[in-house]
Amino acid sequence: MKRPHPKTQELIAKTILSLFAAIVVMTLLAIVGYVVVKGVRVINADFLFGSPKSMGREGGILPFIISTLYITVTGLLISIPLGLGSAIYLTEYTSEGWPTKVIRFGIDCLAGVPSIVLGLFGFTFFVRLLNFSWSILSGGLTVSLMILPFIIRSSEEAIRAVPSSYRDVAFATGGTRWQCVTRVVLPCALPGIVTGIILAIGKCVGETASVIFTAGTSLRIPMSMFDSGRTLAVHFYLLVRETGASDMAYGSAATLLISILVVNFFAYWLMRKFISRVS
Amino acid sequence: MQTDRESERIKIIVRDFSFYYGAQPALKGISLDVRENEIFTVIGPARSGKTTFLRCLNRMNDSIANTKRSGQVMLDGKEIFAGDIDVADLRRRLGMVFAIPVALPKSIYNNLALGPRMRGIHSKKRLYEIVERSLKAAYLWDEVKNRLHESARKLSGGQQQRLCLARAMALEPEVLLLDEPCSGLDPISTRKIEEALLELKKQYTIILVTNITGQAARVGDRTAFFLMGELIECDLTERIFTNPHDERTSDYLTGKFG
Repeated sequence: MKRPHPKTQELIAKTILSLFAAIVVMTLLAIVGYVVVKGVRVINADFLFGSPKSMGREGGILPFIISTLYITVTGLLISIPLGLGSAIYLTEYTSEGWPTKVIRFGIDCLAGVPSIVLGLFGFTFFVRLLNFSWSILSGGLTVSLMILPFIIRSSEEAIRAVPSSYRDVAFATGGTRWQCVTRVVLPCALPGIVTGIILAIGKCVGETASVIFTAGTSLRIPMSMFDSGRTLAVHFYLLVRETGASDMAYGSAATLLISILVVNFFAYWLMRKFISRVS
Repeated sequence: MQTDRESERIKIIVRDFSFYYGAQPALKGISLDVRENEIFTVIGPARSGKTTFLRCLNRMNDSIANTKRSGQVMLDGKEIFAGDIDVADLRRRLGMVFAIPVALPKSIYNNLALGPRMRGIHSKKRLYEIVERSLKAAYLWDEVKNRLHESARKLSGGQQQRLCLARAMALEPEVLLLDEPCSGLDPISTRKIEEALLELKKQYTIILVTNITGQAARVGDRTAFFLMGELIECDLTERIFTNPHDERTSDYLTGKFG
């Protein structure tokens, strides 16, 4: 068979690739659009700031918003220092060798563990063994295990992308390794690190399987780290599964999606401001 | 130790110094002296060990894996590889400028204040004084004095190289190590840097690695010729350029290879 003319090839490639891109964007818009359109009808002040009535068939979702927030913040508070610290250690404080390869392999394995398995681990270890019971703390710890590998990997990539000539400058101007990291490397790597954290926030907020096992399904506002709390995602699951109140379920889902979008936009806006200030 | 006929004090003594990347020797038994307040130029073709030599003096090569060294380097009579030497402090005493100008993605002011801040100077007044003095010494002050807080990355190549020179001087060093500081620059920027160097040698000892032989002739007091990791000869610049001992030196200078 004769090969088509390069210009024809170009045309075919362009058409197919743009078609693929269009399919991706359409799918995304369809999902988000469907949820938001179905959910936005029930969203109002009473819904956002009220307490649930009759297992969530009526009333509001305030306790679930608060629980989601607490678990996300707890997860981030644990995984950001651990993850960023490990990333700095792996990139700046060790040279490449079999120990780093083993660590990296372990991180990749952790990233591949299904969240339901992590949930089971969280249940046996945090809830039962350490006796944290079903709580914000257990949920936050479990979620932090889930996002830790992503934070390590994305921070590592961001740090690795900083040109080595920048490090040379820091050392040549009399910097110690720590000064080089804090004053030169991290400021340059920050946009990449923040992007990783934003994605991690999305994963935290949307996490369901592991949180059911570890944070419980209480309908009340958690008053301490050791209180049980139901996240929005868990609430959505339970509403659909057990009450069939799909309007209310879509309302929570829409709230979830919109809040993730708001967080993303805000974080990118902050980062753009930061970048334009430093470079 | 050889007797010094000149009256100047000797700043750096290098004795039988060798450096290896793996099994590959980059420097073979280098011995030379650098005197205080002179411009000591190092010339030679590519891959002759000039940059390695320079980076050994402030121990920037320490962190490269799989390297080995032997011999002595002494600064003010003290071995720089001795166990009690603080490497960060050593690098402050020997300010370095790289071949490719690296302006960090920070403001001009913060690029210059980096070194002093890492040394623990935080007084705004004192930092500003250091920044101003360094920029003036590098002949950059007039061009940037109204935009100290703009990004250093917006400067032209020549300005960035002078920024790097100023950044090295902001350390208030004793020695300046310059690695082909004009390699990417046009003749006018090169000229500006050379003028700055002639002024700076009153205050600093300068070691200038250059692949522009004319530059060595214009600014050098003494010149060393490196070839394949060996020091072929080291003498007053005038003598090297007019009456070299070694045939290879004259071949290089007249452009027969290089």
